[in-house]
This record gives sequence, C-alpha cells and structure tokens, in this order.
Amino acid sequence: MHIVVVGLSHKTAPVEIREKLAVPESRLGEALTRLCAYQGIKEGILLSTCNRVEVYAVVEDLETGYGRIQEFLADAHLSVSSEQLTPHLYWQTGDRAITHLFRVACSLDSMVVGESQILGQVKDAFETALTHKTTGLILNKVVKKAISVAKRVRTNTRIAETAVSVSYAAVELAKKIFSDLRDKTVLLVGAGEMAKLAARHFMAAGVRHVLVTTRTPQHAVALADQFNGTAVPFEQFRDEMATADIVLVSTGAAHYLVGSDDVQRAVKQRMNRPMFLIDISVPRNIDPAVRHVDNAFLFDIDDLKCRVEQNRGERLQEAERAEHMVIEEVAAVRQWLQTLEVTPTIVALRGRVENIKRAEVEKVLARLAHLPPQERALVEAMASSIVNKLIHNTMVTLKSEVTTADGAAFVEAARRFFNLGEACPITDEIESDESTTRTSVNKPR
Amino acid sequence: MAAVFFMVTMALYFAATVSFLALLLRRADALSTFSLTITAVGFATHTVALVMRMLTGPGASTPSIHEALSFFSWMLILVFLAVEFRHRLHVLGSFIVPLALVSLVSAAALPETVPTLQPVFRTLWVHVTLSMLGTVGFAVAFVAGVMYLIQDGLLKSKRFNVLYSKLPALDFLDDLNQQSIVLGFPLLTLGIITGAISGEFARGTYVNWNPEQTWALVTWLFYFCVLVGRLTVGWRAKRAAYLTIIGFAGVVLTLVGVAIKSFGSVS
Repeated sequence: MHIVVVGLSHKTAPVEIREKLAVPESRLGEALTRLCAYQGIKEGILLSTCNRVEVYAVVEDLETGYGRIQEFLADAHLSVSSEQLTPHLYWQTGDRAITHLFRVACSLDSMVVGESQILGQVKDAFETALTHKTTGLILNKVVKKAISVAKRVRTNTRIAETAVSVSYAAVELAKKIFSDLRDKTVLLVGAGEMAKLAARHFMAAGVRHVLVTTRTPQHAVALADQFNGTAVPFEQFRDEMATADIVLVSTGAAHYLVGSDDVQRAVKQRMNRPMFLIDISVPRNIDPAVRHVDNAFLFDIDDLKCRVEQNRGERLQEAERAEHMVIEEVAAVRQWLQTLEVTPTIVALRGRVENIKRAEVEKVLARLAHLPPQERALVEAMASSIVNKLIHNTMVTLKSEVTTADGAAFVEAARRFFNLGEACPITDEIESDESTTRTSVNKPR
Repeated sequence: MAAVFFMVTMALYFAATVSFLALLLRRADALSTFSLTITAVGFATHTVALVMRMLTGPGASTPSIHEALSFFSWMLILVFLAVEFRHRLHVLGSFIVPLALVSLVSAAALPETVPTLQPVFRTLWVHVTLSMLGTVGFAVAFVAGVMYLIQDGLLKSKRFNVLYSKLPALDFLDDLNQQSIVLGFPLLTLGIITGAISGEFARGTYVNWNPEQTWALVTWLFYFCVLVGRLTVGWRAKRAAYLTIIGFAGVVLTLVGVAIKSFGSVS
C-alpha cells in the first residue's frame, strides 16, 4: 500500500491547463467514483480548486497507481492527452505525499501563503469523498490530521493574521484604482465561495452597496440578503455593469460571460470613470480582450497571483514556523502508519503462539485424562507462561523499534523467525519512501 | 544677499531632486524623510530670497520673468508641501520638485531686472502673480496627469513595482488633476484680463496679438475646452491626463515666448 499524490497546481501549470482539468463541484462525486473504479486504487480523494487539481490516493502498486491516476486526470478533458499533462504534473509518495497534503491544507503551497480558503476546500473535498465512500482507514486518518495541523498552524502562528487571499489581493488592487471604497458599488457575478469571500473583504474595506447576480435567482436573493445588497437578474447584469465600479466574476460557467463590447459600453455610460474587473473564475469568464479597453482594469487569477507573490516575503518567517509544525506532524502520522503495520504482526504473532500452545496442551491433556481440573489448569498455565515469556521480548522490541528507521527490518525479522507469512504490504512504502519520490523529470513513460 | 539665498535654494532643490528621484526606485523611509527635510529647508531659504528681493530689489514694481519663474517654483513647492502635509504623498515630490528645480534654473539663466512690460501700472504685479498661480495649477494638473498615466500603465501591464506601490489611487490623481484645473483656470483667466488691462494702459490696446499673447489665448481656450469637456461629456481619467499634458506644453511655450522676448529686450 502506498499513499500517493498526483496533481498539478498554480506552480506547475498555467490557468489554461488548470481550467481544463478543474472538476466542477457537481461532478466531483462522479469523478471520485470513476477514480476508485480503477484497479489497484484502494482509496481516493480529489481536490479541485482554481489553483490546483490533485488526487490523493492509496494504491497497491506504485508504478501502475501513478499511471492510472494520470490517465484519470487526462480523462477529465477531451482536449488534453496524458502526454501533454506530464510536464505539469508532480508525483509524490509516502512522507512526501503526506507532507504535500499538510502543506496544502496549511496554505503553505497556496498562491497567497496563509490564505484561509484552502482549508475549507480540503474539508469539502474530504466531505465529498466520505459521502461517496471513497476513503478508507489510511486517507481518513491522514486527511483528518491535515485539517487538524492546519488549525494548529492557524492558531499558533501569525500566518493567518497577515494572510491575504486572492480575493483580498483584489481589494488591495481596488485601492490603487479607487482611493475611497465607501461610495463604490460592487457587482458580484456568481455565488461561489470565492465570490462570498470577496464580498466580505470588500465590505470590510468599506463598500456599502453590493449588487449580486447568479444564474439561479433564489441564490442571488439569498446572497443579497446576506450582504444587504440588491439582487440583479442574471440576464440583465451586463446592462447593470455601468453602475458598478468593481465587477467581480466567479462562476462555474465554461465560457466568457463578459465581452469586450459590454465593458466598452459600460465605461462609456460611466463617462470614463475607471472600472475594476476581477475574474477569479477558472475557466475564465471575462474575455481577456477587455484588457485593451481604456479605463477598464481587468485582472484574472494569474494576475492576482503575481500581485500576491510579492507579499510572500513578508510572510516567510511565519511560514517557516508552520513548516516546522508540518514536519512534526508528518512524523506523528508516519509513526501511526508504522504501528498500523506492526499491529497485524503482533496480532499474528500472538495468534501463532496461541495456536501452538493450544495444540500442545491438548495433546498432553489427552494423555493425562485422569488429572483433576485443578491440575489441568496448572498445566495450561505453565504452557501459557512459557510461550508468553518466549515472545515477550520480541513484542516489546517490535513496539519500541517500529518507530525507528530500522523498524521495518525488525517487523520483517519477526515475521521470518516466527514464520508469519508475507509481510504487511505497507512495509514496502516505508522502506522505499525516499527513493520512490519522483518528479516529472525522471518519470518513466 | 538675496542672490546667495537664491543659489543655496537652487543647490538644495537640486539635492532634493536627486534624492526624490532615487525614492522612485527604492523603498526607504530614511530617504523620504531626508528628501522632505531638504525640500523644506530649500523652501525656507527660497522664501527668504524672495522676501529680500521684494524689499530691496531694484524693480519692486516691475516684475521680471526671472522673478515670475522663481515665484512659480516657490509656489510649486508650497503646493507640494501642502499636499504632502495632508495626504502624506511623498511620491508627488519626485515629480514636482524636479519641475520646481527646472523653473528655478531657468529663472537663474534669465535676466533679473528686465520687466516683462513697461511698468506703468500696479496691475502688472497682479497680472504676473495671477498668471503664475494659474500656471502652478496647470503644472500640478500636468504632474497629476503624468502620474496618472504611469499608474494606469503599470496597472494595465500588471507591473507591481516600487513605483506602483508608491503612486496613489487613480481616482485620487484624477481628482487632483480636476481640482488643479478648476483652481488654475479662473486664476489664469484673471491673469489674462489684468494683463490685457495693463496692456491697455501701456500701449493703448488690450491685445496686440504678438506670438506669446496669441499662445496664451490659445492655451486658455484649450484649457477652457478641457474643463468643459470634463464637466459635461466625461473627458476624465486617461483622456484628461493626456489633455493636461498637452495643455501644459502650451503653457511652457508661452513662458518660453515671454522669456525670449525679455532676453531680446536685454540685447
């Protein structure tokens, strides 16, 4: 058994690739079921956000496991072949995979280090996997741990205090266009988590008037209530755009909702007052040609990335502390995984000696049929005592050595000495942990 | 004595210009404090130089282009310090202080005593002062326009450099541009009217259509259109920035015309 992660993120793939692979929330369940239908994939969880598409899985065999997951990712979009994906993918296993998940959950791998959305997204991905029963013993433990590590990092470092999410970066940018946000109007297109968060940031920055539109009118009304805003019918939002100073688009639509002409018209109606358009949807919803419209300022998710990367330095110190916590917690999970593999050995050992003892005691007692029950018990006790003393030291050593680097060797030795059969498969992973971590460079086809 | 203060001022403005230009590229609080301090000291010596000249100068009733430019430079720094005091906008200094230095150096290069017009009437002072105040307004509008275009360009090209972080919000710059013109335009209008009245007294005609007068009127008309266009049909933001830069070029040409004439009358 191996824990693996295969995926791509904003660090390895441009938005053009990510938007193709992104799995919409509505199709997550179906995708998970498809993932776990592959042979050799025991457990799986799919994390799909605007910045990353990652599969965490427990696979039987490393090589085929990697291949299957890559196939699965390529299957998500017809125009992407498995070969095209290769340069953008990363593959990790064992400790590295767990570390990766922890770093992602702690927002150490995010565009904006310390942003808070990713934890929610990890939780959601986990919930979905639980609903579709695609996780098991190992991933359940590891993902739960990831969530608790993220919480620990959040409370014990200042990483969250100074954090800015992509949507907060949008507010920062807005302040370079509008000196005072209080009399500005925000138009939210789409009621996704991102949109809600951005709305909250803008309101915290002083915006009082919010227009909301979504494809489902009920959503828009509910969201508008939440923000003391006004719901706008989806069909009309392009006409309402002129009244908005800040247009924030975050929908799941697969095409451009706002074109260059729409913005040109809005700017004209606004008598050339500047307009700030933020497209945080992947796939993008605002035509990139809007960039060429005078007095309209369009930023997509990669632009925001560029902006926020500069702030990273300031957060580096806190991130450093978080990294240490991650290392600690990964060690704790590794221990757990190792006890997971020693437990069956101990159980098997106990079972084996118990069987031998029972067989021998029965043989002897059959010949000593005349013995009174009290003395029969004495014989039995003696047998128990001998086997227990014989295996006692082995058990103690196994339990204490399992967390060390040689732990796997001890387990293997115990199994051989007591003829317990094949070692628990997860042992391989611990041994080969470092050597099997690969990057796209040395990945064989 | 006034000349000594004048030279000291020029040296200080030069140092401030260098330091303010360095501030465009660096993030350093110490440097901005230093720049501001030199500018403030320079402003003080400049004030002393101007006052001394007014009290002791030979042509107390006959302002020269030298004095006009020196006054212009002084007013620019005053406006900068006022805006700086209110908005903590160090970066404005990086644009205004060099302009003040250029105008002070031009003043130094021009004859000190030759009057722009025959000193016939006290309104000549009023004319020069008002025109120069109007010009200060247009100069600030010009600076705001340049800053606007730079910030606009940085935002459009997504270059989030030091300059981006220092420049204020676009609408602030647009407002500064508008306010400067709204204040500068009536002042220039009054300046032109008093100039015409002075002309009437000096020559018997309000306007004699010499090149710099013609330019001044063309410039005035241009700013009139800019102001009306802004208030009615939305010539704001980028367009306003471009227009005020063109307009200021007209202002500079007029001043050059005046300077050449006064140079000519020397030789």
